[in-house]
Amino acid sequence: MDRKVIQGLEGILGPSPVLHRPEDLLLYEYDGSVEKGQPGAVVFPTTTQEVARVVRLAGEHNVPVIGRGAGTGLSGGALARTGGIMIVFARMNRILELDIANQRAVVQPGVVNYELTRAVEHAGLYFAPDPSSQKSCTIGGNVSENAGGPHTLAYGVTSNHVTALEMVLPDGQIHRVGSKHGDALGYDLTGLLVGSEGTLALVTEITVKLVRKPEDVKTLLAIFDHVDDASETVADLTACAITPAACEMMDGWTLRAVEDFIHAGFPRDSAAVLLIELEGLTEAVAAQTAAVDEICRTHHAREVRIARDQKERELLWKGRKNAFGALGRLAPCNYVIDGVIPRSKIPQALRRIKEIGEQYNFEIGNIFHAGDGNLHPIVLYDPRNAEQYQRAIAACTEIIRYCVEIGGALTGEHGVGMEKSELMPLLFSDADFDLMRRVHDAFNPDSALNPGKIFPLNKGCGEITARGQAAVRVAPL
Amino acid sequence: MNVAGANLAARLEAVIGAAQVDGELQSCEKYTVDGVVPPVVARPSCAAEVVELVRFAKSERLGVVPCGHRTKLGIGMPPARYELAIDVSGLNQIAYYDPGDLTLSVDAGMGLAQLDAVLRGQNQFLPLAVPFFEDCTVGGTIASGADSALRPSCGSARDFLLGAEFVNGEGAFTKSGGRVVKNVTGYDLHKLLIGSLGTLAVITRLNFRTFPSAPGYGCMVAAFSSAEAVIRFQSMISKSPLAPSTFHILASEAAQSLAEPSGDGGAATPKWFEAGVWHAFVGFQGAPEILDRYSRDLADYAEQSGAKKYLLADETSAKFRRGSLQEMVRNFRESTPAATIFKISTLPVIPADILRLRAIAENRSIPCTFAANAAGPLYFVLQPPTADEDTLTAIADIAAEVFEYGAAHGGQSSILFCPTELKRRINVWGSAAKDSQLMRRVKTAFDPQNIFAPGRFVADI
Repeated sequence: MDRKVIQGLEGILGPSPVLHRPEDLLLYEYDGSVEKGQPGAVVFPTTTQEVARVVRLAGEHNVPVIGRGAGTGLSGGALARTGGIMIVFARMNRILELDIANQRAVVQPGVVNYELTRAVEHAGLYFAPDPSSQKSCTIGGNVSENAGGPHTLAYGVTSNHVTALEMVLPDGQIHRVGSKHGDALGYDLTGLLVGSEGTLALVTEITVKLVRKPEDVKTLLAIFDHVDDASETVADLTACAITPAACEMMDGWTLRAVEDFIHAGFPRDSAAVLLIELEGLTEAVAAQTAAVDEICRTHHAREVRIARDQKERELLWKGRKNAFGALGRLAPCNYVIDGVIPRSKIPQALRRIKEIGEQYNFEIGNIFHAGDGNLHPIVLYDPRNAEQYQRAIAACTEIIRYCVEIGGALTGEHGVGMEKSELMPLLFSDADFDLMRRVHDAFNPDSALNPGKIFPLNKGCGEITARGQAAVRVAPL
Repeated sequence: MNVAGANLAARLEAVIGAAQVDGELQSCEKYTVDGVVPPVVARPSCAAEVVELVRFAKSERLGVVPCGHRTKLGIGMPPARYELAIDVSGLNQIAYYDPGDLTLSVDAGMGLAQLDAVLRGQNQFLPLAVPFFEDCTVGGTIASGADSALRPSCGSARDFLLGAEFVNGEGAFTKSGGRVVKNVTGYDLHKLLIGSLGTLAVITRLNFRTFPSAPGYGCMVAAFSSAEAVIRFQSMISKSPLAPSTFHILASEAAQSLAEPSGDGGAATPKWFEAGVWHAFVGFQGAPEILDRYSRDLADYAEQSGAKKYLLADETSAKFRRGSLQEMVRNFRESTPAATIFKISTLPVIPADILRLRAIAENRSIPCTFAANAAGPLYFVLQPPTADEDTLTAIADIAAEVFEYGAAHGGQSSILFCPTELKRRINVWGSAAKDSQLMRRVKTAFDPQNIFAPGRFVADI
């Protein structure tokens, strides 16, 4: 990074919140995905005004700007694909307002997802989006990626819970969109901004809804000897109009790896389990528990266990939410695919994934949000083995293509980022890209913010030439 | 039809065929928007014809108003230019419906009631419990941002609209989102179409998540002597484990306008109605044991919050009342010739706001009332008996004060419906939205030539 830029950044923020030595930058060339991209400098502003000044400085020097929360993203969204200044929001981590009576909170983007829930649980409230990384990921990152999680089946994804935003545009101007109420006059710019992966603006303040904790919760573990039976159960639950708060599926291969690590009580000899959570009024939970139990048994569940207490519930969820970490013990890297399909097609999709695994000589595990058709096949590989890496990428690409073929989409919750930008033409036409590009340019005309994301490089926003970066060579996924 | 209109019709006939172009004055008058009559109406039968029409309109720089069954064309400001109405009611099929996945893809011109009938056949519904339900289209409901009575339980359209297909101002057929219930692929452009009043694109198809019907319904009506008491009741429920499917609060005059079916066909005063007080209507659904629980708890809350009386309705009556509440905005609009409905979004609604708004109206001797959907806006309704000049002047003065009061108290106010004549005196959108600069840029991205409904929307868009 040009010395003048570093000096400018230090002039705005002081020397300590500016990292620029190569060894300091190494940490920031990764996120939770398989992608890489190193920034030229990393800064830690504490106010919106500082963000605006950094953005203006970047503009003066023709350097791109990338926003980043905790770096837990799984699609390369928070990586500096073309270098530039990375703004890490870790020090903008204050909860600015808690309006308990109206079930709203105003937070800075660096607030950790679960910290917000902890701050309001005394009032019987919580923040509903609960990605597996909720104890480390930030709400700013959730907004950027429109993050989901197991309980979004009943409560919706991040966009359903955001009512207003403050943001900085590439010219350094600060804008506010939406309202605390949620009904703002005019176009729903809040709805557009959430999930735009930092390619339109840098979000610096977020107003979110808080949800009331349910009166009763029951967590069921349904155990199956055949994967088909488990997936047929999910399809049948949806068809029978039962909407659990969460409905997660884990196949035998995955749950054995998890069990060895977490000891959550998953049966090691089963082919698949469903983790089903029912929430609501006591009467409704009782009725739904009986109905779910019956449907599971109709589909040959070997056993349906009900967690006896909070401790047992937490253990089951610990197993689910730490599953990806558990798989880290088996191979140097795992590739978590994020595809989404109609729920009625889960059985056939799992069969096809198995075939693809056989074709590419991988055992592909499945641990996913079954209730909303959000698949997460996992491929274990060693990145040092180039042939294996390429084979893993090819298998993943084939799975995503299949999701699209059966009426699904490229990503349910991880985002497009760098990972899937080249696959976007599977879903979108040139006319679709043209409109997306024009909307992109309405906010970020020179691709100063997070260049090289979402759009395929050959259909993008001129981001490669904008702000003077060398062309990026990207291997197709 | 004048010469220019005849000429335009003839050229449009060359684009999509004579059968789909109508330049007869009598027909065109049905497409009037705030007194502006278009010279030509086109009725495409497929999205490809919409593309051709928009390309033609773009090349000729015609002002275009997309519409369905035209029930809500009175929302917004008069169009600055209006040479072509594109009526999409010919696009009226269900393109895809997977009841097992609870997802649906439907043409924008399909009637909402017709769609509802199909979904009911599968014990499902789309939570668009909106005014003009029997007469409106799915596309018009989304484009007008109509407020659904089921919002407390199912959210607003942005929560269950999964994707859309539309023709943008370049005449390009485009799409956004998809047909799956969870999807973060690309920008959520379809969310921008909600409430955009046809200023961004002609919507041709919409994808939704559907919801399972409940086995039973119930309703409670409770009467309260003050706004404070009814808001206390609402607050008590919001802090409870209950999650009602609908929740409306109506001032006395608004409650009185709700009809009640009576066994003998007469127009008896409904049993629940009490003059001069506020009423809360709480709808709930579920299996019998859940309905029992709601009935018990709501009765407790009504008593604890000082209800003058309350009444639990049976299922038939509950369904009826839900329908009446759903149509209340339409009923307000049709109540008097100069009925003016303000939509005020503020959190929370406090009794002081209501007192102040009532004073603003009464200072000018204009009768008024209030209604609120608990999760949605507060409706402040002026119901003057006449629509003469003095009345319009009084309404314009009231509007200026309401907009000022709303802005000063952190809310956003606009006028949903009012007489066309009033729009010559005031802008129904109040002061421009804070982010109007960004909205104009978005408008330009979708519609660079500014052909779609120019001037009808916020910030002169």
